[in-house]
Formats: sequence, C-alpha cells, structure tokens
Amino acid sequence: MRVLVTGLGTFWGARLAAALERRDDVETIVGVDRHEPPLPLERTEFVKCDSDFSIMHRIVQATQVDTIVHTHLAVDSTQVSSSTLHEINVIGTMNLLAAAGAAESPVRRMVVKSSTLVYGSTFRDPYFFREDTPRRRSPRTPVERSLVDVESYVRDFAEDNPHIGVTLLRFANVLGNDIDSPLVRLLRLPLVPEILGFDPRVQFVHEEDVIGALVYASTSEAPGVFNVAGEGTLPWSEVCAIVGKRRVPLPPLLTGLAVAPLARLGVVELPPEVIDLLRFGRGVDTTRLRRHGYRYRYTSAGAVQAFAEGLRLRSTIGDSRPTYRYQRDLENFFRHSPAVAREESS
Amino acid sequence: MLARVARAPESRFPLRVSESGSDRPSLLRRSLAERAERAGHPSTGGPGPSRSLVPVGSDDLVDQGPAPPSPRRSDVDGFGRSERMRSLVRRVYDPVYRHWFRAEWEGFEHIPTEGGALLVANHAGALPPDAPVIMHGIESELGRPVYGLAEDLFRTVPFVGTLWSRAGGVVASPENAYRLLHDDGQLALVFPEGDKGPGKLYKERYQLRRFGRGGFVEIAMRAGVPVVPIAVVGAEEAMPIIYKDRRLAKLLGLPYFPITPTMLLMGPIGITAYLPAKFRLRVLPPVHFDVPPDQERYSRGRVMEEAERIRDHIQQALYEMLRARRSVWFG
Repeated sequence: MRVLVTGLGTFWGARLAAALERRDDVETIVGVDRHEPPLPLERTEFVKCDSDFSIMHRIVQATQVDTIVHTHLAVDSTQVSSSTLHEINVIGTMNLLAAAGAAESPVRRMVVKSSTLVYGSTFRDPYFFREDTPRRRSPRTPVERSLVDVESYVRDFAEDNPHIGVTLLRFANVLGNDIDSPLVRLLRLPLVPEILGFDPRVQFVHEEDVIGALVYASTSEAPGVFNVAGEGTLPWSEVCAIVGKRRVPLPPLLTGLAVAPLARLGVVELPPEVIDLLRFGRGVDTTRLRRHGYRYRYTSAGAVQAFAEGLRLRSTIGDSRPTYRYQRDLENFFRHSPAVAREESS
Repeated sequence: MLARVARAPESRFPLRVSESGSDRPSLLRRSLAERAERAGHPSTGGPGPSRSLVPVGSDDLVDQGPAPPSPRRSDVDGFGRSERMRSLVRRVYDPVYRHWFRAEWEGFEHIPTEGGALLVANHAGALPPDAPVIMHGIESELGRPVYGLAEDLFRTVPFVGTLWSRAGGVVASPENAYRLLHDDGQLALVFPEGDKGPGKLYKERYQLRRFGRGGFVEIAMRAGVPVVPIAVVGAEEAMPIIYKDRRLAKLLGLPYFPITPTMLLMGPIGITAYLPAKFRLRVLPPVHFDVPPDQERYSRGRVMEEAERIRDHIQQALYEMLRARRSVWFG
C-alpha cells in the first residue's frame, strides 16, 4: 500500500502517519501540509505544499499512491478565520479530489475525516443520527457550512469514480490527553460553563479511536459514510462530574452575547456550534462501523474517564511531553543518506 | 378491575438503579438490564465495561482481569431518561393517580410484557393528564418503562425541557420512535391526534380528531411492532377548555391558549389544577400488521386504512365506556 496523508502538520495527520508506519502492509507514506509535522516520524516523506493543494496532481502522479487519507479538514472555528476555513476545507478538498480523480490516477481508495458537526444540533433533532438522517436545519456557522459543502463534493466524487472506494468518516467530539478542541478547553477550565436549565446529551470519541478508525478505513474495504463515536451518550453534568469540575451557568437567553467578553478576556471561546451543542446536544448511531468490523476501545463515558485520568496526571506532573521540532536536513539525512545503515526492505 | 399481571419477582441483574419508589423497582431494573444486554446497540452508554473487551492493535489492555467499574455517574439513558428521576416522579404522582383520578384499567393483559409496542390513545385536557396516568399505570403494574412521545415544544424551555426528558418524554420523530420500538424493544406512547386532541372545547369532548396522516401506523409497520390502542375516559373532564384565545396563542407561539374553569377561579395558576374526574382506561387488543418490517415505504392507502380502523376502535370503545359511566366524578 502506498498512502498519501493530507494535513501531516496537524495533530491528526501526524498521528495517523505514525500509526501507519507501524504497519508492514503500508509500503510508503507521503504526507503533505503547509506546516511541518509536530511528531518525530520514521519513514514518512514530508512534502511541504500550500493548503489549497494546487500541486496535488503532480504529487499523486509522482508518488503513485493508491490510498489518500484526507485528514486536513478544519473543524475548530476558534483557531482559524472563516476565510481560511473555506480555503482549507472547500478549496483544498476540491483540488485533492480533482487530483485523485484525474485520468490515469493510481488512487483506488479515499478516506475523508469529516465531523458530526454536519448534523448540526437543534431541538428537533432525532436523538441518534444515522448516517442517512438529514440534518434538521440548514447550516448556520461557517465551519458547518464548509463541512456540508465538502461532504457534497465527496459524494459527487464517489459517484463519478465508481472504481475508487470512498469512505467518509464523521467523528463525534474528540476527547484525549493530547488533543486540543473547544470542548477539551472547556473541560480544562477550573469552572466548566453550562447553559442554565439545559443538560444536553453529548457523545465523545477517544483520540485513540479516531486514529484507530482512520487506520481501519484506510486499510480495509469500507466504502460509504460512517459515524465514529463512542457508544452511548451522557449528560453534560455527568461529564463534568466524571472530570471532577464544578459547573458555572451561562444565561439561556442571548448566550452568544454573554460569552463574547469571555473570549475577549482570553478565558475561553465558545463558537456558535458549541453553544448549540451545550443547549441541545447530539447523539449519533454507531452501528454501521461496528457491524463493519471496527472494535472501539472506548465508550463515550470511557473516553471521558480516560480524559479525566489524563487531566489528573497532568495536574500532578505537568506537561511532560518532549517537544519536537522538524529539521529538514536531519530528516533527509536519516531517510536518504548512504551513510545511514538500514535494513534492506525486499 | 385492575388487572395484575404475574411477573417474576426477582432481578437477576442487579444494577445501580434507584431503590426507591412505591412500585416494584426490581422489575424496572430487570428490563433495563435486558436492554443493556441487547446486542444491537443499546442506547444507554451506561452500565457495562467502559472499554471494549477486545482492544484493537494494542497489548496494554489485554487480560486485566474483571472489567473496570463503569465510569457512569448517572443513569440517564440515550433518550435523556433517568429511572431514578422516573421513580421519584412516580412516588410524587402516585397519590394523584390513586386518590385524585382513581384510575382503573381493564384489558391490562393486552399490554405486551416484552418487546416493543406502540401504545396509542386519545388525547384530551388543556394540559393533558392522560400521558402521566398511562405511563404511571403501566410502569407501576408491569415494571416496564414507557416512553412518552410528544411535541418538541418543551425542549427549548430551560429546566422544563430537561425535567421532561429525564421523566421519560421523547421528541416524537420517526427516527426516535423507530429506535425505541425496533432497536431497544421498548413501549412508546403516542397520541396521534397531536395538539388537536387537547385543543378541543368541552362541548366537543370524546369526539376523536383526525389521526394525523397515519404516521404512527407506518412507524409500527417499519419497526415490526404491534399497535396497542387505549381508550381513556376522564381526561376531558379533568381540565376542560371552555374558551380558546387565538391571538394569545399566536403571540406566545403555542398551539392553543386555553381558558379552563380552574383558571376562572384561581387565575393563571389554575392551569396546574385538575378537577377530580374519575379515570377509566380500556386497553384494546393489539393490532398486528401483516407486512414485512424495514420497508422503504408502505402503501399510503393501507396505512390510512389501518389508522382509521384504530381510530374507530378507540372511538367505539369510548362510546361504550361513556354509556356505562354514571358519574363524571365517581365513574
């Protein structure tokens, strides 16, 4: 297998490449991003390129990859402006799909990392979205809009290229010790915000299961759309209880206005999609991926528990992870210099 | 006569669910355990190991002996329902059920003791008292949870929405109903008249409204479960509507704005006060549909026909019960 990973400079891209490196059936891993990988990687080749992937066509042709894993979709609207969001998600995906679907393209499998944000969160929602349940209201926030656009391109792509197996994975809110997301930042606060009078059902997927599902989808025949989330939902109050945090209520009316000063002060930023989630929650049905054969390591509650344990450890020993800085010359030396003794791969 | 159905008394699956309640919690617990055991996809994230027993691509989880204790701290299930809260509600509501409404059932044996079924009843009263009465009766007699499907009206109201769903309220949508009935094999209660039932005036009492577009029949067909019709007498008189104000309803975004006799006496707070009408409930024989489940679509004509037949059964039962009723207050 020859795999191309987009977003190698992001948390997920680098993690996925590291996981793929451990597999013998993955012969070559090429990673593209504008930023350098945040993790030390053994044999992944890093190609620096623009986030709109305009030269993707040449990279695909040159490397003859058969599988593309598209992890480079921004879902955290507090970290990027809405125009960058559009550029990364919509334009980036369009160029990537164009390259993958070009004549004589060697690509036979495509995995896209989407989010359950595409379902939205309203009071009319079914309690568990299935993969084919449409969302109840048209998207309001830039991040939801861009993801809905991306998914429609991916669907068209799958239809136009029946010879390519296209997998669309929709991940629930991720919890883990290393990941940084709006909800994780909320739960790290000494007092966790809630909306007064609302105790929504939320669902989580552990970061290990995110990588696990991405590896699973890129190494097996699993075309179609799949929700990826830990089993079960739990109320927000219970999440806070497991993490061991007190809650602080936000006003149920004009919540957006009330949290704006918090963002100004740098306490915490609550984007509209997170406010919706804290009001109405979201649950997704996870049967399809489990029936297909993926075994989850964590339930929703289990993911919260693991996150809480990580928080407690960190509060004792501090953030002890080694910092890594990518150095091109060094990486090239280890990979390509004749002076480095390597095992000959047959 | 209150038909008591014999059930096995002891739970073999002790779970950490409420010990309180004037009903028989062991049976509730048992049915919860059965649900948690169901292989498909239990909607509770609750009791059970927090991690899957067979880990993928890792060795640090193998053979850790018994499964770790569940990280769950509450018993709120996938539908936002909490058995602890239900049992509390039942304890508070029990005197109302027994001494105020003095509810009496007949044909209780028609309610399935296991597997999914869609309970369908007539709906009445400005603030309909029929749903709590039906849910309370079945849960305390059978020890089976009943989920009440209702409008999504409450979900946007702080506290009320949360309390409502903890106490067994579920937004009535085809997806939710299918999941409850088919995947989880639960009892779900629905009022096909929607808000047109409670929204009728006192002079129109016991005249059933249209049963929507028969969506409830289609759901039952798709889920492969029977419909159990229930005729309720008493709800109409417990909180009759003597006048409806259209403009106020529109202003407040409500389906109707009722004026009840208790409101005339007590002011707005009267909307919470029920008159002590005698409740009689008759469970009619379950209706099984002879169609394969999980079809893309069902014949519109067939669906409408079945819905109309069920409506007619309930209407006829109501007439019969009213013929036998000597007094609104004493039955």
